[in-house]
This record gives sequence, C-alpha cells and structure tokens, in this order.
Amino acid sequence: MKAFATLLDTLVYTTSRNRKLALIAEYLRNAPDPDRGWALGALTGELDFPAVKSSTIRNLMKGRVDPVLWTLSRDFVGDTAETASLLWPSTDLENNDFLTLTQTVETLSSLTRVNAHKEMPKLLDRLDANGRFALIKLATGGMRIGVSARLAKTAFAKAFDVSLDDVEEYWHAIDPPYAELFQWAAEGGDPPDIEGRPRFRPFMLAHPLEDTRVDLSDYAAEWKWDGIRVQLCRVTDANGEAETRLYSRSGDDISATFPELLDVLPMDAVLDGELLVRGSTQGGEAGSDKQGGAASFNALQQRLGRKTVSKKMLAEAPAFVRLYDALLIESEDLREHGWEKRRGHLENLVERLPDSHFDLSAVVEARDFDHLAEIRETARDEAIEGLMLKRRDAPYIAGRKVGLWYKWKRDPLLIDCVLMYAQRGSGKRSSFYSDYTFGCWAGDPDQGAELLPVGKAYSGFTDAELKKLDRLVRQTTLNRFGPVREVERTLVFEVAFDSVHTSKRHKSGLAMRFPRIHRIRWDKPVHEADRIDALKALVPD
Amino acid sequence: MSAPFSWIRPEPWGVHIVPADVWIDPGRAVDKALVTHGHADHARGGHGETVATPETLAIMELRYRTGAEDDAGDIPHKAIPVAYGETIRLGGGVDATYIPAGHVLGSAQILLEHAGERVVITGDYKRRADPTCAPFEVTPCDIFITEATFGLPVFTHPPIEEEMGKLLAALSTNPEACVLVGAYALGKAQRVIAELRLAGHHDPIYLHGAMEKMCRLYEEHGVDLGDLRLVSDHTKDDMRGAIIIAPPSALNDRWSRRLPDPITAMASGWMRVRGRARQRGVELPLVISDHADWNELTQTIEEVNPAETWITHGREEALLRWCELGQRKARALALVGREDEDE
Ligand SMILES: [Zn+2]
Ligand SMILES: [Zn+2]
Repeated sequence: MKAFATLLDTLVYTTSRNRKLALIAEYLRNAPDPDRGWALGALTGELDFPAVKSSTIRNLMKGRVDPVLWTLSRDFVGDTAETASLLWPSTDLENNDFLTLTQTVETLSSLTRVNAHKEMPKLLDRLDANGRFALIKLATGGMRIGVSARLAKTAFAKAFDVSLDDVEEYWHAIDPPYAELFQWAAEGGDPPDIEGRPRFRPFMLAHPLEDTRVDLSDYAAEWKWDGIRVQLCRVTDANGEAETRLYSRSGDDISATFPELLDVLPMDAVLDGELLVRGSTQGGEAGSDKQGGAASFNALQQRLGRKTVSKKMLAEAPAFVRLYDALLIESEDLREHGWEKRRGHLENLVERLPDSHFDLSAVVEARDFDHLAEIRETARDEAIEGLMLKRRDAPYIAGRKVGLWYKWKRDPLLIDCVLMYAQRGSGKRSSFYSDYTFGCWAGDPDQGAELLPVGKAYSGFTDAELKKLDRLVRQTTLNRFGPVREVERTLVFEVAFDSVHTSKRHKSGLAMRFPRIHRIRWDKPVHEADRIDALKALVPD
Repeated sequence: MSAPFSWIRPEPWGVHIVPADVWIDPGRAVDKALVTHGHADHARGGHGETVATPETLAIMELRYRTGAEDDAGDIPHKAIPVAYGETIRLGGGVDATYIPAGHVLGSAQILLEHAGERVVITGDYKRRADPTCAPFEVTPCDIFITEATFGLPVFTHPPIEEEMGKLLAALSTNPEACVLVGAYALGKAQRVIAELRLAGHHDPIYLHGAMEKMCRLYEEHGVDLGDLRLVSDHTKDDMRGAIIIAPPSALNDRWSRRLPDPITAMASGWMRVRGRARQRGVELPLVISDHADWNELTQTIEEVNPAETWITHGREEALLRWCELGQRKARALALVGREDEDE
C-alpha cells in the first residue's frame, strides 16, 4: 500500500502527461503481483466497493473527532477523504503491520454495509496519512487524480513494451487484478485466452485528406456523422448466455449510459458505427429516406457521461446506431476482407436488425472526385461532419494506416474575435498565459457597443506566437482575477470552429464547437472584428 | 489597586501596554513598539522607538533600508537592542524580558511583568529544532498570548528529515532537471539551506536575487549556509541537477524560464493540504513550517498552563474550541493586518 499511496500522491501533483506515464509505468514494473494488478484496476476505475460510502467515513470520524473541529477542518481542506486521512491518529507501525494493497482490496471486497464501520478502523490503523488517503479514495471510488483509463493502459503498454492495441483488445475480457495480462506482458507468457467474452477491438481510424485527391474507382465515399463513434459487441458464451457491450472510441465501456442498445442485437456481432440520438433536427436530405431523425450533437451531449439514465431521457432522446462497418458477424471474423465485401455483409445484416435502433450510413454516389467535392460543399445537414473515403479493397486494420481511410471534414467556419481574457496554462505552459477568451461586438463598436465573450481557445498557435501573446497579455493587463487577466481590447483572432449553437450558459447566447485560433491578426483593428449577429447567422436552423 | 490585567489591553492594531504606553507588534506607526521578530506583518516601520533583539533590528534595517519593502524609508528612528534573557524597564512599573521563540533568526517571545502578574506574548513560534535560530523556551505565566497560524488539527508537520529526503530524491532521479524550491525569503529559505547541509548536501545552491542579502545577514550572524550562488550569474547547464531557492511569488513567474526544466517545489506548512499545493501548481510539496503545528500549539498551552489563553492570529476558532473542550479559559483577539504567514 505504501508504494501505491506514494504513486497516487505524486500523481496528484504531476501535470505533465509524460511524467504521469513514467510514474505509473515505473510502479507497474516494480510492484509485486497481484498488487500492481489491483492498482491498475483502481487507476482505470474498474474497482467498486459498494459497502463503503462517503457517509461511512463521516460517521466514523464523528465518533472520534469533536464535531466542531471536524467541520472546521473539513471546510478548510475541502475534501472528506483527505480530512479524514489527516485527522485519523497515526500509530507507530512496524513494517509488516503496514497493509499491502492486496490485503486492502481483499478486505474491502468482503465488507458489507453492516460491518463496514467496524472493519474500516482496523484498516485505517494500519496505514499512515498517505496510505489512509489512498484507502479512502479506493474504498469510496472516484480517484479524481487526473488519470484516465486510457492513460493508465498506455502506461501499462509502455511499462512492458507491448502494443496498446493488444492491451485494449484483451482489456475488457479480463477482470482485475489482470493476472493473465501481466503474465503475458510482464513475464512473456502466452496471450490471454479471451474467447467467449465480450471485448473491444481497436477502431480503424482515418487520416485527414488535406491536399490528396483520390480516384473513386479505388475509394468509396460515406458521410461522416457528428455523433460518437461506437463499437457494439454481442457474444454468446459456452452456456448460451448472450451479452452485449457498447464501447466508446477510446475503448471505455459505456453500456450503462445507453441501455436501450443492449438487447436489440439479435445475433452475435461486432459492429462499428456512429451513435446518434433521435430528435427533430433532420438528417434526411443527406442520403436515402431512411437516414432521417438524428438530433444535433447538443441533444446527444445531454446523454453522455451518465451512469444511470432516466425514463424521460430514454423517451425524449433515444439512441440508435448508424452503421459503418462489420468486424464480426456470427463468429465469422470479417476484418481481413476488403471494405467492399464487408459492406455487402453489413447491408445484408441490416435487413435483420430492428430499424428502431439501427440504420446504415449511406454510401455517397458521385461521378468523380470533383462531383464529390461539390456534394460535400452543398451538404447542409447539421449532423454531417464531412465525408469519409475508404479504400475499397482495404481490410479493417486497427489504428491509422496511411492511404486506407481518409476523413474529409467540411471546411471550418471562421470569424474574427477580440481577445478579452487570458489564463495561465498548465504543465509546461504554466508560466505562460496560453488560454484565451475572446468576444464579438454586441453592436456597432463605434457607437459604444460592448464585447461579449463567445468562446475560449488554447491551441492553433506556434511557440513563438505564444511567447508574443504572453508578452502582450502582461503588457496590456487591466485586471487580475486569480490566474486570469483581463486585457485591453487590442488584438483580433481569426477563430476557426466546427459549428455554433445557441446556449443559455453564455451571456452571448452562443456556444462554439471546437474553437481554435486560426490566425492571429496583429494587423487588424479591433473595431473591424465581427459582431455577434454574424456569428448568430451561422447557427443552423 | 486596579482590576487584574487591566494594564494590558488588546486593540485591533496590536497589544497595548497601558501604563507604559508601549505597543507590541503594532500594525501602524506608534511612539514606542516592542517587536517580536522581523516578518513584515509583525515588524512595521516608522515607529518612534523600536525595541527588539539585535538580530531582528538588523533584519528590519536591511528590509527597510534596501527598499525591498514598500515602507522604504520607514527605518526605525531609534533602535533599542535587547538580548535574549535581558529584562528592560518600560516605565509605569512594567518589565519586559525577551525569550527565544524558535521561529526565525532573532525571534522572541516577550514576557511582561506588572504588579506580580505575568503575561507572555509568543509572536510566532515553533517547537522543532532549527539550526538557524535559538530554541523556544517554555515560560510559565498567567496570560499566554499565542499565535494560531496552523490552528487546525489537520496540520501536523512531519519530521523535516523526511521532507529533505523527498527533496534530495527528486534531485537524484532528475539529474538533467533542477528543483526550484519556493521559500519565504526570511527564515524559511535559510532553514531549508541549513537543513540540506545537515543532510549532507554540499553542492552549490542557487539563489533568486531577492534571497541574497538575507542569506548574507544570516551568515554574518554565524549561520553557515555553505556554497551559495546567484541564478543570474549562471547558465542553464550550470544549474542542471541543482537546487534553486526563490521566493514563492517567483515560482510561476517568467523568471523561472531561465532554469533547466524546473520541478516546482514549495516549502510551507500549507503544503499539508493537497488543494493548496495544486492551486499553486506545486509538483513537489514540502511540508516545512516555521510555525507550531496543531500538536505543538496544544502541547505548549498544556506545558505553560496559563490561567487564560489569548489567541492572536491564524485559525483561532479551532484552538478556542480545543480550549473550551479542555475547560481552559480562552479568547480570540482578532488583530487586523496579520497575514497567513508561511506562504
Ligand atoms: Zn513570523
Ligand atoms: Zn505572524
């Protein structure tokens, strides 16, 4: 537990991604089995101990610390787990009194609501302040130490020099403490046997098309939809039990967020598609008449990240999958076949799927590349992000292989905005003002109209430009609010963004998607920047 | 015969000794002040007469004469040095004795005696050993006027050897980088350097310009700090694998860009709380404080065992509660102008 507690504590303070990776990898290489497996489970959020709640800890403390002193301490520290870890009396511990992570996890999993308040003190007594913090975080869930599941898996791959795609592929079929995974990666054993268990297959990804032109006899074109890329996977085990799981692009299991998709696949399959929700914004004109009914990304966003879903939500914004590809159908692995052959299988399959939850992403027919460009230009459907170009004879290969798939996004929208506030970045950028809030004029600036913030960006400039921007911020500061500086209105940014929507959360009533600095207009006078109305005109109806 | 202890009166600007018309650590200019130690929130400038230890007077002189403080020019008009253990007559039948407080070089508690009544005012203090100043002495009294900067039970400072170990480990695992330690320019910086030397670290330590004069002053008062160099005289490559000491305000400042891949550390009692460290972008928190932690505050009150405890500044609420639970008579003074020291 000592090494794990130190790891957590260090991660709390580390902002650089590379240092985080190095710290986790070092721990995974050096910690004994099965400690390191449990640690990996904790970091990826796969451990759950329902018997211990935050209230369990509060009640424990109530019996041991004066309630006034507890409240004053808790208010100052701001975190129950940390306050409890600091206030719990430390005892002198011999080295072998100190709990191991495995002992901790084993005890935690054996706890019930009834005995948790009796058993937790025994664990707390066998740890120091850092160890107690780790224990309480572990027991109550939600580490919140700035490490995503993906980052932890990347660190695992790095620690043992194995491929991240392989790790992802085995991941969901193996439970903590991942004995078979460590056996394979760390000890050079056989790859884990994962037949009959649902698992994520890494996605095939596309490169931006940029200046490439392709021949449509080699490449097929499909719409790229503005939802979230998902993989739906159904497997039947040896006992005839079928299980369906839904994975996000990063391989996270998001089944619980979209329960309506878990019992609608009538056969075993692994399918690649775009998850969308139904709504009034039509996606109709883009393809066949079956393509209707995708709501805006905003509507989808309401449903993301939830662990439980209300009936109301299921009724108002039901999810469906617009299918792109089939990796596996009824135990036949299609991945080595060319796209055309897989597409044939997929089209046949769709006939057997309920159209309440599935449709097919239509192939876009064009005479030639120029015609395709024209179609892309004139597509006005908001649910379309652009086009995908897929090599007709390409197998389904994990990752981003050059020349097989291209994404051809619609041109970004551009608008001229004025820099209003700047905030310090983090990590390497912590001494630079690198996050910028910018605004558009609420009316005619020459008639005294004010600027209203419309967005925030922290990318799209070079290091040299960042230095220059940082200097400008420091020289033109009007006010300081903690890490934020308000600056004089002197600089125009040409901001690129994918789309803009109405939003009640912003004073301007508008919210941009993916804004980034396109060009810094050192030359442009601020009164020539755009007005809110110009931005409003870009909101889709 | 007047009411007991009516000769000493807490006011928002400081503690007033009425018969002598003398103030302790007053927050504004007065005719005559007794100053416990050189930190800015205790040692304001501009008094008619300032009574303090010779070290504190030297520190005040340095701060105000060099213009490092905004009150430049507020040099004491008349400085009256008092050595530790020495008693001076203040007039009105009040005697004052200066006793080591263990906080920073020259820091003192002041024992006041009048008509057989004894009052001790601690200023800031700590109980841990510190190679840069004389140790705290427990002094029995009727009224004990204590600080409470770390007056919450969550504050327990670990042994300083542990924190030095963390600092040196970070240094040896990152030989191409440097560790930039934020430390208060008076007291904390010199203590960290002296403790590093005790831990066997004899490499050159690089200083931010704002640290230099205070370090020299400590050395003139017999505190050996070893090989110190100025960051401004050196290149990035010189400083790889080295410890750099700077005031906390310089940690995320442009100044730090001249350093080779700095790992940001901070030496402060506040580092005990993760949120505080993260707020400041600290990657290596070092829990090192020149103030008493919760256990030392409460242990000291028990040892001194006064009839009454007055609490000057810090998180007085919790310490008041502790006194109440132990049925000790206590009150909070709510002085103005005191800062959260140890930043
Ligand atoms: Zn002080
Ligand atoms: Zn103070």
